[in-house]
Amino acid sequence: MSTAPAVDVMLEMQRRMLRIRRFDERASKMVKRGQIPGTVHTSIGQEAQVVGACMALGTHDYMSGNHRSHGHPIGKGAPLGPLMAELVGKATGVCKGKGGSLHLADFAVGSLGESGIVGSSIPIATGAGLSAKVLGKDLVALAFFGDGAANQGCLYESMNLAGVWKLPVIYLCENNQYALSTPAHTVTSGVIADRAAGFGMPGVRVENGQDVLAVFDAVSTAVTRARAGEGPSLVEVVTYRFNEHSEGLKLGVDYRNTDEKQEWLAKDPIVLFRTELIRRGAATDAELDGLEAEVLAEVDEAVRFTNESPYPEPSTAFDDLYTDPPTPRRAAQLVADRAQGQTQAQSPAMADADPVGAPR
Amino acid sequence: MTVMSYLGAIGAAQKEAMLADERVIIIGEDVEANVYGTTGGSGKSRASEGDFLQMFGRNRIRNTPISEEVIVGAAAGAAMTGLRPIVDLSYSSFLYMAMDQFVNQVAKNRYMFGGQASMPVVFRSAMFYGLNTGAHHSDRPYPMFMNVPGLKIITPAYPSDAKGLLRSAVDSDDPVLIFEACVLWGTKEEVDEAEYHIPLGVGRTLREGTDVTVVAVSGAVPEAVAAADVLAQEGISVEVFDPRTLVPLDIDGILTATAKTGRLVVADPAHRTCSAASEISATVAEEIFDELKAPIRRVTTPDMQIPFSPALEKQLYPSRASIAEAVRAQLGVRPSREAVAS
Repeated sequence: MSTAPAVDVMLEMQRRMLRIRRFDERASKMVKRGQIPGTVHTSIGQEAQVVGACMALGTHDYMSGNHRSHGHPIGKGAPLGPLMAELVGKATGVCKGKGGSLHLADFAVGSLGESGIVGSSIPIATGAGLSAKVLGKDLVALAFFGDGAANQGCLYESMNLAGVWKLPVIYLCENNQYALSTPAHTVTSGVIADRAAGFGMPGVRVENGQDVLAVFDAVSTAVTRARAGEGPSLVEVVTYRFNEHSEGLKLGVDYRNTDEKQEWLAKDPIVLFRTELIRRGAATDAELDGLEAEVLAEVDEAVRFTNESPYPEPSTAFDDLYTDPPTPRRAAQLVADRAQGQTQAQSPAMADADPVGAPR
Repeated sequence: MTVMSYLGAIGAAQKEAMLADERVIIIGEDVEANVYGTTGGSGKSRASEGDFLQMFGRNRIRNTPISEEVIVGAAAGAAMTGLRPIVDLSYSSFLYMAMDQFVNQVAKNRYMFGGQASMPVVFRSAMFYGLNTGAHHSDRPYPMFMNVPGLKIITPAYPSDAKGLLRSAVDSDDPVLIFEACVLWGTKEEVDEAEYHIPLGVGRTLREGTDVTVVAVSGAVPEAVAAADVLAQEGISVEVFDPRTLVPLDIDGILTATAKTGRLVVADPAHRTCSAASEISATVAEEIFDELKAPIRRVTTPDMQIPFSPALEKQLYPSRASIAEAVRAQLGVRPSREAVAS
C-alpha cells in the first residue's frame, strides 16, 4: 500500500467529489423543471470512483468517457460554468451548445469527449495513448466505461492493441452493477477484472469503490506503470449509483431491491471521506463545512453564468463540421454566364488545380 | 516526370507525407512487409531502397492486429491528440467492422465538441470488385459514407490524381476516406515525381465534347473515356468529367460539364440505389433543369450481390459498352452492332 496523498490533495478530492454531487443534484432539479432539455445521467453515489481515478492523472493526461458524463470533466478539474451552460445548450457551453450532457468535452483538461454510444470512446483513449507514445510525450490516457460497456468488443480490441503495443492507457470500469435495468452479473461471464490476464496486463478489482483513497491508490499504480512505459492496465471499481439511470426515468419494475439500495446509500463516499479526513486530522468540521459552502457557491455561480448566457445563433448550427468548409457554389452564376454567351467559366477551384497529370 | 503505376503513386504520396511531417504515421495490416505495394521499395529485401520500415522505423510504421474497430478509433483518438495517421484498412469491405467509430467518432467529434477537436486522419482501402474475389471483397461502400456529414471522400481514377489527392488528404485537418478501385492499381501514367497537391473538391475533364456529358466515378472513369473514344468514331462527341472527390463534390464542375451538352449520363460502379450517381443526378436536376434536353441516365451496378464465377461477375459493372449504349440512348441513336454483341 502506498502512503496517503498529501493533505491538500485529499482536500481537493473532497472538493471535487462535492462539486460532482452538488452539480448533479442541481442538474437533476433543472431537468425536472424543464430547464435542461432532455435528460442527464448523474454520478451521484459514484463520486469516489470518478475522483479517485481523475486525481491519479495529471491535468494534461487524456481521458474519455460515457453518458454518465458530468463527473468526468469535473473530476479532472474542468470549470463548472461552461459545463452547466453546455447542459442547457448555451453559446458559452464548453462545446458551444453542440454536444449537451451526452457529449461533454474539455480539451483544456485532457477530456477528449464523453460518448453517448456505450463503449465507443474506449478506442479514442487508446489512440491518445498511441500518440503519447509515438510523439514521446509523458502523458497517459484513461478510458472510463461501465459494466455494460465491459461486454463491448471494442474494449477487448483496445486492450489487445494497447497490450501488444505497450500503450500508456488505463482501462477503468465503473462497475455500478447495473446497465440501465440489467444486473451486471446476469449478462457478464466471469469477473471483469480477470479479463486483463488474458491480455497480459494487470487487472485489479477495487471492491470498495466508495473509498476514494482505495480508487486513487489502484489507479495511481496503473498510471505509474503506464508512465514507465510498461503498458496498460485494467482497473474495475465496484460502486453504485444512488439515483435512477437517468433523471426523470420511471420504470414500472423495481429492478434494484430495497435492501441493496439501503446498504449502498449508507456508503456515501462524501460522508465516508469527510469522516476519514477528520480521523486523519487533515481537516476540521468547520473547514469541511466551509468547503461545502464554497462548492455550493460555485454551483450557484455556474447556474447564474448559465442563465445569463445567450443561446447560440441558429447559423452556428453549421459551424465546425470541417476545419475548412467547401467553398460556396457559384452554380447559378456559371449558368448565367453561359446563357449570356460568355466564354465557359471555369469553376474557381478548377482554376487553381495543378495542370500536371491532365490528359491529352 | 516518370511512369508510375497507381500503386506506385500511392506509395510516392505516402513517402512524401512521411518525410514532410514526423507526425504522419502509417498503421494497418501487413504494412511492415509492404504486402500491397504501398509501403516499400521495389526490391525483395528489407534493405532495398524505399522500404518504409527501414526508412521510418517501427514507431511510425506499425502492423496492426485484425481489429478494425480499434484501428479506426485509435487512429481517431491519435489524430485528436497530435498525430496524423494514414490508416490502411486493406479491403473496403472491411470498413463495416468499424462503422460506429467512423460515424459516431471520426465524423462527429469536431462538431459535437464545438470545434475543440480536429481529425487529421486518412483511411485508405481498396475495392476488389471485378477480380473474382466474391461478395465479401467486392464492395463499393463510398455511397454509405457520403451520407455521413463530417467525412471527406476521394476516389482518384488515375495515378497522377492518386498522388496529388492523397497528399492533399494527408495535409488536410479533416478526416478523408480514399476508395481505390483495385482494377486500377496496375494502371500506369506519366506522373510528376516532385511534390504537388490536387485540392479536394476539384474534378477533372478527361474529354471535351458537345453532344453528351458523362460524369464518371472511380473504376468507371477509364471505361467512360474508352466509350467516348469509340463514340467519337461514330461521330458522337462526348464530354467526360471525373469529379475525383465525392465529398465535397465538385458540383460547379459537374454542372458546367453537363450544361455544355444538356445530356447527362452518370457512370458509377456502386450499386444503383443511393449511389454517388444518384446524388449527382438529383443535384444536376435540381440546379440546371432548364439546361437539360433529356432525362439523366445512371449506369451503375445493379442492386445485386456480387457472384464469384467469372461467367457471372463482369457483366454487372459499368463498362465501355454499357456507357456507350447509354450515351446513344440519350441521343435516340440505336445501339451499334458491337455494343449489342458485347
